[in-house]
Amino acid sequence: MTNNSNKEKTLGEVMRSRGVSRRSFLKFCAATASMMAMSPAMIPKIAHALESARRPSVIWLSFQECTGCTESLTRAHTATIESLIFDSISLDYHHTLQAASGHAAEEAREAAMNENWGKYILVVDGSIPTDNPGYSTIAGISNLDMFMQTAAGAAAIISVGTCAAYGGIPHADPNPTGAYSVYDVIKKFSNNQLDGISSATLAKAGEGSVVSKPIISVPGCPPIPVVITGVLTHFLTFGTIPELDHLGRPKAFYGQSIHDRCYRRPFYDKGLFAETFDDEGAKKGWCLYKLGCKGPTTYNACATTKWNDGTSFPIESGHPCLGCSEPDFWDGGGFYKALSMPTENITQTAIYTAAGAAAVGVALGAMNKSKKNNAVAAHNKTTIDDLEK
Amino acid sequence: MSEIEFLNWVRGPGFQIAIIIFVAGVIIRFAEILLLGRKPNLAEAKGSEMSSGLRTIITRSIPDKGTFQRSMFTVVAGYIFHLGLFITIFLFAPHILMFKDIFGFGWPSLPTPVVDAMAIVTIIALFAVLIHRMRNTVLKFISTKEDYIVWLVTILPLITGYIAFHRIGMTAPTLLAIHILSVELLLIMFPFTKLMHTFTIVMSRWYGGAISGYRGVKS
Amino acid sequence: MSASLDKGINALKEQVDSSVAAFFSSCTHCGMCADACLFYTETGCPTATPITKVEPLRRIWKSEYTLLGRIGKMFGLNKKVDDELLTKWEKRVYDNCTLCGRCSMVCPVGNDIALMIRKTREGMAAAGHAPEGLIGATKRAVTIGSPMGVKLPALMAQINHVEKDTGLKVPLDVEGAEYMLLLSSMEIMNFPEFIEAIAKIFTKAGVSWTISTEAFEATNSGIQIGVSDIAAELVQRIVDAAEKLKVKTVISPECGHAYMAIRWDGPNLIGKPFNFKVRHILEILDEFRKDGRLKITGKEEQRLTYHDPCQISRRGGVIEQPRNLINMFSNNFVEMPDTGKMNWCCGAGGGVSTNERADKVRLKVFQRKKDQLDEIKPDAIVSACSNCRIHLEDGLEEYNMDIPLMSLTETLAEHLAD
Repeated sequence: MTNNSNKEKTLGEVMRSRGVSRRSFLKFCAATASMMAMSPAMIPKIAHALESARRPSVIWLSFQECTGCTESLTRAHTATIESLIFDSISLDYHHTLQAASGHAAEEAREAAMNENWGKYILVVDGSIPTDNPGYSTIAGISNLDMFMQTAAGAAAIISVGTCAAYGGIPHADPNPTGAYSVYDVIKKFSNNQLDGISSATLAKAGEGSVVSKPIISVPGCPPIPVVITGVLTHFLTFGTIPELDHLGRPKAFYGQSIHDRCYRRPFYDKGLFAETFDDEGAKKGWCLYKLGCKGPTTYNACATTKWNDGTSFPIESGHPCLGCSEPDFWDGGGFYKALSMPTENITQTAIYTAAGAAAVGVALGAMNKSKKNNAVAAHNKTTIDDLEK
Repeated sequence: MSEIEFLNWVRGPGFQIAIIIFVAGVIIRFAEILLLGRKPNLAEAKGSEMSSGLRTIITRSIPDKGTFQRSMFTVVAGYIFHLGLFITIFLFAPHILMFKDIFGFGWPSLPTPVVDAMAIVTIIALFAVLIHRMRNTVLKFISTKEDYIVWLVTILPLITGYIAFHRIGMTAPTLLAIHILSVELLLIMFPFTKLMHTFTIVMSRWYGGAISGYRGVKS
Repeated sequence: MSASLDKGINALKEQVDSSVAAFFSSCTHCGMCADACLFYTETGCPTATPITKVEPLRRIWKSEYTLLGRIGKMFGLNKKVDDELLTKWEKRVYDNCTLCGRCSMVCPVGNDIALMIRKTREGMAAAGHAPEGLIGATKRAVTIGSPMGVKLPALMAQINHVEKDTGLKVPLDVEGAEYMLLLSSMEIMNFPEFIEAIAKIFTKAGVSWTISTEAFEATNSGIQIGVSDIAAELVQRIVDAAEKLKVKTVISPECGHAYMAIRWDGPNLIGKPFNFKVRHILEILDEFRKDGRLKITGKEEQRLTYHDPCQISRRGGVIEQPRNLINMFSNNFVEMPDTGKMNWCCGAGGGVSTNERADKVRLKVFQRKKDQLDEIKPDAIVSACSNCRIHLEDGLEEYNMDIPLMSLTETLAEHLAD
């Protein structure tokens, strides 16, 4: 956690005090620019903006989550520039990371909100239960209340991780807690479909017009750390949110599917597939489509940015993509079921249907037969006198 | 509904609904036809109904020379699109996975580029067939709305499949979902349209062959 | 005077069986049957497309025997079979189809379209939509015993001539004879040489044969007009005579539909198997050939071709026999371009020749036969159906072609060794 004095410093000052060289800082800026598909001309602008930016206040709310997202962002092997950027924002509330606890912690949040009303960035990880406010509370405040109150004063909301972005695992069928994503909760709120919001929250929410807050989704289970810092960088540089796709994801990172950028793609195109995890194809590094790879329907930057300091990504280590940055990836019929396979047990469906249909068919067939027999019985012998009307 | 929800729906409940209608429809149609029965032929036989019927099931695939010359377009285009449909449906690796999931066994696939090329050939052949249907005097006269609807539901999976494979225009999950949905439409239409000839051709050829064969004529 | 739409619809309902249901289920409207039908190829008129001729039967099948049709019927959505439809279809079903069955051989899904048209005629006739000419012929067949009105005295006169000319006996009503010969009215009236030929051949072959004075007429208007009840009555006359004379085999003469009526439809029409065999005259002659009972002298050097009568070849299964026989007396036999089971109809079978309304079209579609003949330019045509023969002669005259027509049996008789 940063102390209050740091808040007054610019990002550049913090970096310099941490011993980050100008050279590696510019390298970071260049990398960020390229990653976000900006022209090289933008690098100085990024550098300048980052150096002179006042560190914005960030409030991080964790709801129904597993802390995996926080782990992903904080457990870098070395102190990278990304982690420094992350470290250098004014993270005023994050109950996993902050030193304060109990009332002090909540007071820190309220203080940050009051001080920066309308300007702070709200980061959410985890989904929000809507069925019963008691399913998940912090300091006696339901997740829903805390979210609505905090969102009201935010400049922007970043949904970190698949749970916050789409509902994730808590939202998975049968969704026992009525968990929804940040986006869905706000949509439900605007449609008056939410119960259990306190009147205090309603007042607060109305004050900040929650409904119109920009939401940036950074899905992934967990999301790639650099994507978070990339989004923050963009916000710091331009004061705006990056260009988003139809699911609210920054296009720079989620513009292409895993499949499109996968180094195993040539094998897919040639029709060379690993059939099992230890066959010849698997050893030769062939396409993992048949082993259930969701790369073709998953938009994320894993194949290019990779994980663990650019070491590799799941497909590179021989495992199919689970599609974790797409909605409902838990309900896709199984991680090892190929995309072209039905998700339900069709064999059983077909067998039951066949049994039922056979009975119906025999009944209809019998009706046909009796109709025909009736026609035969109704036959009036035709003689030569019956050939004309 | 998000695109992945859409995809999950067509892969799950949507597919189930389609399969239920398809399986039930086909079985009911079979029962309707077969249970009507046929009177035994009392004339002294000159050939076996069974073997003649079975023979015709195979031999009617090849037209005689005169018929080929007279109906060349129909025969050639028909062969191409039927073969193309067979290849794209049954010899494309992802499709085989689907069959394997349902039947419990699979079979070797053709290289993807071959299937890809075949899809284009099939689409072209189907368009040729459509133009022929709309311009030929006989076909124009005998075609009903059903003929055009069936053409559409047949070509849709090919086009959507081709687009989904090449990921043109929309996001991959949406394209894949649309492709699967178009197949479900085909499955649902199947039992109630002339698409049934896929199965009933075995019966009709058998009956035709048996009727001829009983009189000693190889048909 | 009691034909009615209800009777017609009931008749169509009776006609649907599993084969018809399978046929309709399989049709893809590919149109290949049109290319196989001379009424389309020679007129270019799409209403002659064989599969469309069975529309009344298809509508009944669809609305009575399919799930979707039953539902449609409940809501009144189905296309109806009414007098308007049947009136419109009368020409298609009777004037523009000879039941030749070429479409049935070509249909890629194996539909026996000719069978379906035959079945459709059951409904048309019962509803009072049969052509006048066929109704008249059918009435004569039932009341007089012959569609052409030929009575026993006429036959007796011809037999007297033959006996006088040849000195051979034509045995009448001989009990226990091996063969009972049937004749078509046309042979009696136009081609009495046929009786003479049979007398010669059978006498030489040394077999016992007879003609029944009670049932000598082979033709059956009932199967042409499409009234099984009447067809059965006509078949029953032959069965009664054959049983009375206790013959072993009934011989169908050189007439296409007569063979279909007695050989293949007969037992099914009367509902029980025959206790005698039925053979076409060509089958009998070929058996004689195999048994060495036919001694031939002198070979024809002129270019001969054989016109396959549809009901005998394609629909009847007598295909190689005529070729075996022709090769006995010909050194120069040529096949037509489409031949045997794929031969083209002359254009006058299936009741078309009896239906004056169709006179114009039957001569028009003869163009198909003309084209076939033009390709091989034969000196003479051999056939084995009097109806084909008369129409071929008509057609050749119409198209100014000078090719003689020969009956296979008669030509064979001319080449008998003494």
